[in-house]
Amino acid sequence: MGLFSFFKTEKKKDTASLAKERLQILIAHEHSDKNKKSPDYLPKLQEEILEVIRKYVHVDEKDVNVNVEKGDDFDVLELNITLPDEEK
Amino acid sequence: MSKVIVVTSGKGGVGKTTSSAAFAAGLAAKGHKTAVIDFDVGLRNLDLIMGVERRVVYDFVNVINGEATLKQALIKDKRVDNLYILPASQTRDKDALNKEGVESVINELKDDGFDYIVCDSPAGIERGAFMALYFADEAIIVTNPEVSSVRDSDRILGILQSRSKKAEEGGTIKEHLLITRYSPNRVEGGDMLSMDDIVEILSIPLIGVIPESGAVLQASNSGNPVILDTESTAGQAYSDVVDRFLGEEVALRFIEAEVEKKGFFKKLFG
Repeated sequence: MGLFSFFKTEKKKDTASLAKERLQILIAHEHSDKNKKSPDYLPKLQEEILEVIRKYVHVDEKDVNVNVEKGDDFDVLELNITLPDEEK
Repeated sequence: MSKVIVVTSGKGGVGKTTSSAAFAAGLAAKGHKTAVIDFDVGLRNLDLIMGVERRVVYDFVNVINGEATLKQALIKDKRVDNLYILPASQTRDKDALNKEGVESVINELKDDGFDYIVCDSPAGIERGAFMALYFADEAIIVTNPEVSSVRDSDRILGILQSRSKKAEEGGTIKEHLLITRYSPNRVEGGDMLSMDDIVEILSIPLIGVIPESGAVLQASNSGNPVILDTESTAGQAYSDVVDRFLGEEVALRFIEAEVEKKGFFKKLFG
């Protein structure tokens, strides 16, 4: 892109630069979504985990949180279960 | 060797048909036998933009269904030699297009010695758009300097890179970014994305920038591809696009803000 001079970009901190920022964030996000291996198993996973836990403790659906975080070289499967206070 | 070029964008109303008409007419004017196909089944408009709406007898779907021959359906342009238009069907639904049918029409055009087959895609990412891009060797992505258009272009690029025939065979479609409705004055004023911004975001090579121009509406009013209006900035910019596509090195024009120039009220669109 050396073709284009960019001395103009300096002074414009206007809606155009806002548009650019928003697009860059959005598109980066959409691309990372696409590259996720299989986020579609998450709901099922969440459901099954909930089932297992319920054998021992009663937890609510909203107390189980499953997440996949994308790292540079690896993805992290994050599992967050909030146990109720006075169970057992 | 004939080449199939899809003109696509994802978003509607950004200038796909205008660009297809101009591009195809420009290629033909340079002596290349060119066909331009309207893939917008049910909402055909290329015929109107090219001023041949009253000469449509048979259409693309008729040919696919064997109700007419390709020769019967192709409309030969009266202004430009070597230019042929294949209109879309106005009555059928989008499912009328299928891979086999589209491929057979494209192959027949190739066998008939067409150098370039320009596929004017409908908006969206559904069947018609998919069919228009599936057999493409190259793609022209028409983008307005506006957030939703840029985002949709990115989306379409993803589809080109994953679901086209070329991609399925492990190859790549050559991509060209065409920015339309560009207002250098508004870019200068900071309220329009600059071409550099768009190139940076989409990261595909730029083939041209078409300035916002009253000539585009006048051309469509009269059914003439705007590239034939050689006086207009838009016409000249399209003609540069054709030259660049054919391998010439042509500097970008009409991209600098001008002190006093028309197109001032135009800018309130959308």
